[in-house]
Amino acid sequence: MALKDSMRPSELPGDNRAGTAESPVTQRIRIDAIPDIVTARQHGRELADRYGFSETQATLIATVISELSRNMVLYAQGGTISLRMAHGNPSVGVVIRAEDHGPGIPNLDRVMMGGYSTSGGLGLGLCGVRRIADEFRIDTQEGKGTTITVTKWSE
Amino acid sequence: MQKKTTILQLRNYLVATVQTTLVDQDFITLRDRLVSQVGNSRCTGVVLDVSELDVLDSFCVRTLSDMARMIRLRGADMLIVGIQPGVAFSMAQLGLDLDGVPTALDLDEGLAYLDSKSRRSSGRIPAWH
Repeated sequence: MALKDSMRPSELPGDNRAGTAESPVTQRIRIDAIPDIVTARQHGRELADRYGFSETQATLIATVISELSRNMVLYAQGGTISLRMAHGNPSVGVVIRAEDHGPGIPNLDRVMMGGYSTSGGLGLGLCGVRRIADEFRIDTQEGKGTTITVTKWSE
Repeated sequence: MQKKTTILQLRNYLVATVQTTLVDQDFITLRDRLVSQVGNSRCTGVVLDVSELDVLDSFCVRTLSDMARMIRLRGADMLIVGIQPGVAFSMAQLGLDLDGVPTALDLDEGLAYLDSKSRRSSGRIPAWH
């Protein structure tokens, strides 16, 4: 299947595969189709497990990745999920960045209020993600794309 | 290929067990199989065991509540068992709920629930009062 290669995360130059605290690993996962959602969230969970996040936190992280990557498949013909670690004191954080070059979100305020959807969904995805994020940032430009960055700290 | 969900008949119930991570299409397939098998097996209840699922996002939750609604319209009850603690936490935090679909801790509890329900209504045929 042609999807296989894009499902494998490519690591950026200079990455340390051991993933020590000093040199964080950045994983980039290309999201083109629904099965990539599962791949991306599995990487998120592995990263959270490796850095000692609780089971609950790891599930939250996997769920955030699932919502963000699904949005990219549904609305933007795909995009990229990047995962990296942030090192605060005393906790560590997983930074999830979802980047696409889709149509942008013209009605962002309504979307963020929740209960609004153009795809027949619950319309709870993005506002739910903001609710569970410790840090949330969204940049969207009509016709250019959307970048959402979510940080989840271990404490 | 290994089946992603198994469906067994136990007395007049269907027990569906998710064996591995499901992608969206698998949820739709499962929904369609259960909605049709409820009729073929003339069962009065469906228990869906999701303990193998490590993520239930908004899509999954919507599909599960649709599934339960369809099964109810076919004359059977459906309940979901085995939602993992982390999944329950995430769902609550995300503001996702199963729209009144009953849940139970595990298969045992789920079957006990269906038993108590069918005792109360004494079978499929509504009683006259």
